[in-house]
Amino acid sequence: MDLGVAQNWFFLIISLLMVAASLVVVTSRNVMHAALMLIGALGGSAALFILLGAEFVAGVLVLVYIGAIIVLFLFGVMITRVPIGQSHSLDHANRWPAATVAIATFAVLAGSAVAFFGDEEISGVNAVRTSDIGETIFDRFVVPFEVVSFVLLAALIGGIVLARKDPES
Amino acid sequence: MTIAQFLVLSAALFSIGIYGVLIRRNAVLVLLAVELMLAAVNINFVAFGSYFADSAAGAQVFALFIITVAAAEVGIGLAIVLLIFRNRASANIDELDVLKW
Repeated sequence: MDLGVAQNWFFLIISLLMVAASLVVVTSRNVMHAALMLIGALGGSAALFILLGAEFVAGVLVLVYIGAIIVLFLFGVMITRVPIGQSHSLDHANRWPAATVAIATFAVLAGSAVAFFGDEEISGVNAVRTSDIGETIFDRFVVPFEVVSFVLLAALIGGIVLARKDPES
Repeated sequence: MTIAQFLVLSAALFSIGIYGVLIRRNAVLVLLAVELMLAAVNINFVAFGSYFADSAAGAQVFALFIITVAAAEVGIGLAIVLLIFRNRASANIDELDVLKW
């Protein structure tokens, strides 16, 4: 990684913040802190998307994830009465097998990526215009788009059916 | 910017997500870790889209699809967690043994 380029400094700062925030997400003893630190990790990935010229995806990520999904998580935390504040019963006792699996996964993924791509540059990042994305969705990916809209509809109905109270009982 | 630095960051986030899924007892926190893994996959898609510059728009459309499916997954997942909590008065996944006998 060439640190003479300003983009790489931005990348380094953003990625360190993201890794730190996601470590807090998985290790924090406070549920609210974990949910709020997910905003840090996702906001960092939105910043990386802007660095890669994917402005529309960055906007959608902020709107959908940070605007809607985090709020849904906070509702979930409050409804299911997870102990808000310090709690010692959030984790399993045996953390070393989990850490071993995670470190082995990281070694395999990162090692194979570095071994295959080496230091090939992303040459000339061009911002993808939103109109290009719109044309791609409604031209090449129109069938997957309809399928995804059906998935959303099914999830909506399923969520209502699952979460409502049974009228008989 | 090299492609490998994005892939290494994404691998790190994915591994942290795996650790969270394995270590957490509370179902809401497991879903948070799954979101972390989905975000890592999104970074991969967009980085490869910029690397193969002629398919950038297609890669970003796939990232949008992943965001949509993640939203659906969280909705359904939290509804299931709510239902479990209503029936068992607990959202800890290691206390869910109704399918065992």
